[in-house]
Amino acid sequence: MLDIVELEKSFGTTKAVAKATFSVAEGELICLLGPSGCGKSTLLRMIAGLAEQDGGRLLIAGEDVSERAANRRPTAMVFQSHALWNHMSVEQNVAFGLRVRRLPRAEITRKVAEALELVGLSGFGKRRPTELSGGQAQRVALARCLVVEPKVLLMDEPFSALDAHLRKNLREELKQLQRRLGLATIFVTHDQEEAMELADRIVVMSNGTIEQIGPPGDLYLNPQTLTVANFIGAMNSAETTIVNGRADWFGASIAVGRSDGPATVLSRPEDLVRSATGAAGEVSRVVDLGPMMRVLVTMTDGTQLVWLCARDAAPVPGDTVRLAPTRLQVYRDGLLLAAAPPLPVEAPRLMSAVS
Amino acid sequence: MSARTRTPFGGLLLLVVMALLMLGPIVTVIVWAFAVKWRYPNLAPTEWGLKYWDVILHRSSVIEPILTSLAITSVSTTLAAMICWPAAYAFARIKFPGRQLLLFSFIAAQAVPKFALFVSIATVFLRLGLIGTFWGVVMVQMLSAVLLMIWIPTAAFRGIPPALEEAGFDLGASRLRVFLSITLPQAMPALAASYVLSFVAILFEVDSALLIGAPKITTMPLTLLTLSTQVIVQEAAVLCVMIWVPCFALLLLTRRFMTSKGIAQGFGA
Repeated sequence: MLDIVELEKSFGTTKAVAKATFSVAEGELICLLGPSGCGKSTLLRMIAGLAEQDGGRLLIAGEDVSERAANRRPTAMVFQSHALWNHMSVEQNVAFGLRVRRLPRAEITRKVAEALELVGLSGFGKRRPTELSGGQAQRVALARCLVVEPKVLLMDEPFSALDAHLRKNLREELKQLQRRLGLATIFVTHDQEEAMELADRIVVMSNGTIEQIGPPGDLYLNPQTLTVANFIGAMNSAETTIVNGRADWFGASIAVGRSDGPATVLSRPEDLVRSATGAAGEVSRVVDLGPMMRVLVTMTDGTQLVWLCARDAAPVPGDTVRLAPTRLQVYRDGLLLAAAPPLPVEAPRLMSAVS
Repeated sequence: MSARTRTPFGGLLLLVVMALLMLGPIVTVIVWAFAVKWRYPNLAPTEWGLKYWDVILHRSSVIEPILTSLAITSVSTTLAAMICWPAAYAFARIKFPGRQLLLFSFIAAQAVPKFALFVSIATVFLRLGLIGTFWGVVMVQMLSAVLLMIWIPTAAFRGIPPALEEAGFDLGASRLRVFLSITLPQAMPALAASYVLSFVAILFEVDSALLIGAPKITTMPLTLLTLSTQVIVQEAAVLCVMIWVPCFALLLLTRRFMTSKGIAQGFGA
């Protein structure tokens, strides 16, 4: 539905977006994920036509729309600030796009009513935007976009100003609505949980560059760059050196099969388990997360590790625990070298006994 | 309890003096307008009535200038708005070199002695045959509105979040449609305030009307000036009250707009 080909944008000498290339299929929801200032909003605004692109092409349904202004593109955008016009009623806000298109009055009335029903706000038509709650306002903004039947729906951190509980509900509603309408959607967020929950695929951006594109699970299990690894989920990170094609991490090792040298080894808090052969550390703090416990462990060398453990197996502060990873990831120069379970701990000793 | 809650006597005195200074003349003028006889040493008029209202309202040399003034002020305020509001929008939305400098130059122009400015304009107008004409006065009166018509609307336009306009543009509206349907209504309270303030400023403008309009075009303040120098105080007072009441009402109305956000910040920006 939407093809982005080497889209570029610079502000002065800084590259806001560097050669972004990806496609959005019909009915697909893509999340642009990254820290603030990473270029995700600029990319979205270029797709909408609200920011001018410096290079590249933008195709919607196979048609190059790069040269078209925002009002001539089949896209509609929901803004972070909802951007409702408070001098118009809810109805008039939703009807605006249709009135601009000079639709017959009866049809406008019908479509506006349909759109408001779709977002669960039937009967709110006569209200002023100032009389709406934050969640309702954002729903009206969504209805205002849906009513013009865009080919691509764009959403720029639409829920970030709302409280956590409401945000979660709206997310779920949006996902169901988007599925039902089969609408190609690009959703910008800096909240990785939001991206994981909503997206069919996530585009992770950092410093104007696309780091990785993939389904949420894929990004979580196989982060191709250190940036993605650190941005999606929590990580225990340690600098190490690859010796004889192996990297060590608190007594565990992983086969890298690359030239020796410095590297970064990562392990997720949920990939740590108690093990008699694991490295020892002292529990310094236990945080009750409800379903799980987050345990901070100070290793003998002073490193702090985060360990996510089952509620019934949780230690108390002061306990000594032995931890071993079930999975390790090794990066050099920010790029993934290897991701695998560690080598069996006894292996080296056995080898030396035989020789 | 503390000194802060007690009103110090000095402060109270100052308040009374200020009130007398500000309200005194207005009250005096209003009293004079309804006084038929008020001679020294009486503290109040000895005879009240609407006699001089009757006189003024039936004198064409007074009524005509009022109509002329209203016509000139309406036309020049409206023309000023048509030129200044789009300019204000440009100041608010388009970044061009020297923008701040240009914006401040309007204040600088305000600091120049007006009379000198009008004299030089008069010499140009004389050559163009605009002296003593309706349009000549309209053009020179527009100058009095420029500051109010640029600064207040610029602040108002700046106060409108760009996303409001972008949302309209994104939904298929043309730039013009966005401006008319979204920007203008959003800025309307401030624009109305700038219109009323300019209207009143132009209505009472004397110098330019005197230099450019006289003797063929007589505006209301010029008549007031003439009446004030004559013996009958009541006639000037009646005219004053006649003009002052609607203007005061208009300004009270703007006070409502002026509390809307964006305007105050604009004057500080």
